[in-house]
Amino acid sequence: MPITESDIKKIADLAHLEITDEELRTLAPQVASIVAYVEQLKELDTSRVEPATGGLTPEGERTAATREDRARDSLGQALALEQAPDPAHGHFRVPRVLASSEEKENF
Amino acid sequence: MKKGWEAVIGLEIHAQLSTESKIFCGCSTRFGDEPNSNTCPVCLGLPGSLPVLNWRAVELGARAALALGLRVNEVSIFARKNYFYPDLPKGYQISQYDRPFSSDGHLEIVTAERDEGGHAREWRPFEVRITRLHLEEDAGKNVHEGLPRTDLYSYIDLNRAGTPLAEIVTEPDFRTSWEAYDYVNHVRRALQWVGASEADMEKGNLRCEANVSVRRVGEEKFGTKVELKNLNSVRFMQRAIEFEIERQIELIESGGRVAQETRLWDEREACTRVMRSKEEAHDYRYFPEPDLQPLAVNADWIEQVRRAMPELPDARRKRFMGQYRLSFDDASLFTRDHALADFYERAAAASNPRGAANWLKGELLRELDAAGLAADASPVSPEELGALVRAIDEGRISGKQGKDVLVEMFRTGKGASQVIEEQGLAQVSDAAEIEKIVTDVLAANPQQLASYRAGKEALFGFFVGQVMKASKGKANPKVVNELLKEKLKAE
Repeated sequence: MPITESDIKKIADLAHLEITDEELRTLAPQVASIVAYVEQLKELDTSRVEPATGGLTPEGERTAATREDRARDSLGQALALEQAPDPAHGHFRVPRVLASSEEKENF
Repeated sequence: MKKGWEAVIGLEIHAQLSTESKIFCGCSTRFGDEPNSNTCPVCLGLPGSLPVLNWRAVELGARAALALGLRVNEVSIFARKNYFYPDLPKGYQISQYDRPFSSDGHLEIVTAERDEGGHAREWRPFEVRITRLHLEEDAGKNVHEGLPRTDLYSYIDLNRAGTPLAEIVTEPDFRTSWEAYDYVNHVRRALQWVGASEADMEKGNLRCEANVSVRRVGEEKFGTKVELKNLNSVRFMQRAIEFEIERQIELIESGGRVAQETRLWDEREACTRVMRSKEEAHDYRYFPEPDLQPLAVNADWIEQVRRAMPELPDARRKRFMGQYRLSFDDASLFTRDHALADFYERAAAASNPRGAANWLKGELLRELDAAGLAADASPVSPEELGALVRAIDEGRISGKQGKDVLVEMFRTGKGASQVIEEQGLAQVSDAAEIEKIVTDVLAANPQQLASYRAGKEALFGFFVGQVMKASKGKANPKVVNELLKEKLKAE
């Protein structure tokens, strides 16, 4: 699938990135060539490869991709906030978003 | 609803699954800890960290799915839902998309329209199609008040980020706000019953959203739907839907058009307000989560989960109607929660099904509800309620006295026999003792006796009254009647 400048513009918007027209002209062919490179994978015949699944094995054994429900130590507040750009009062602080927590866009 | 109109309602419920640790990391799900203390590289979204699935969340998700009549899929796939919000540190939420954990649910509930006073008119069965129940992680919490300069800043607490949720989505099958109300309550009880979720809306571990549209009766096309949020209790949800139906009908009838938008319920003003328009549809760019393998389970395991679950409320209600010959209303009442259903069965075993039902429904439940107690916290045990019912059945005390005895048992926590004895309430059923009283009464009233024997049989009641008075009301009326008949006849 050819990648066009309008694809790049849409991706940039979705990713909240501001790019100039000049960058757009540079990025479009670059992204196109990356996609073409990765698309080589499609040439592999995987029709006889079983998909890797987690959860239970066909014999009903739990795989290593799952864990027991046991709480273990967390980082704690001080360490969790140590690298944050603007921590305050035990929280991550950001510029004000919507008026109330119910008004968030997603759950 | 206005004549000639019909509402179309679909519901989404998010229920927190009752695990000890988060769905993809080992941080505690405990509520109320210091902000951001229960966090780690996984739920903070730090680079290089990888999610590992909590198996308990899968088990509880399966319980929830089975309790709601869904089919658990043998393979499901986690997907990334991409969007930006400060409470979502990774920039995506791990959810499920085109291959959900369970789907195709058919759930039978009971529902009723309510009159002005909120009383159910007539209960009827109602089938709800549940599209899917999938597993996902919760986001963190944005704090907008109670901290300095909230006019400029929002604060983020990520303790909740990564808590396991089941998202339960219905088809647009509801036509009235009460159907939606009865459905959400049914789901809450079912999830609590099987231990999948505490499902408490006040604590925020059950949240719901409603999609509402209206159309003229006979119209097949759906109208434009409005999404309702900020529904903090089942009653608020019902009121919000009701308001929204009326608003949309009025809008269309006055020549307007319903806009596709999200509206919030404002309980204080009792209305919905627009939150934001939905003109630019979201592009969540869902794609399979590369850090988690497809989730495989099998038929044996699903069967094991099913067998480990307690008998479901509906099945138990039907059993109560058959085994104990209870009415639909009584059986529904007693199966409203697990503890109450257990209580009833034990009380019935200690006495008889009919008597236990009458005394539980008529008397004890009123005391429990007034005290805000659940059945398993009742000061009167099921066995003691059974003992009280037996005392009445055997004629040791009258039904009227039974009510006072129960109140005393509830107040003091004492057993039925003890209260009956302490209050000197036990009826005198001993024939010899009553016979003596009868003889005395006849001897004290020779004139009435002569009249009676001369044919004035209406005086029978007079003698009963005299005997009861002499026994201070304790004589068993049945024994009194029998003995009096015998003695009055004898010459």
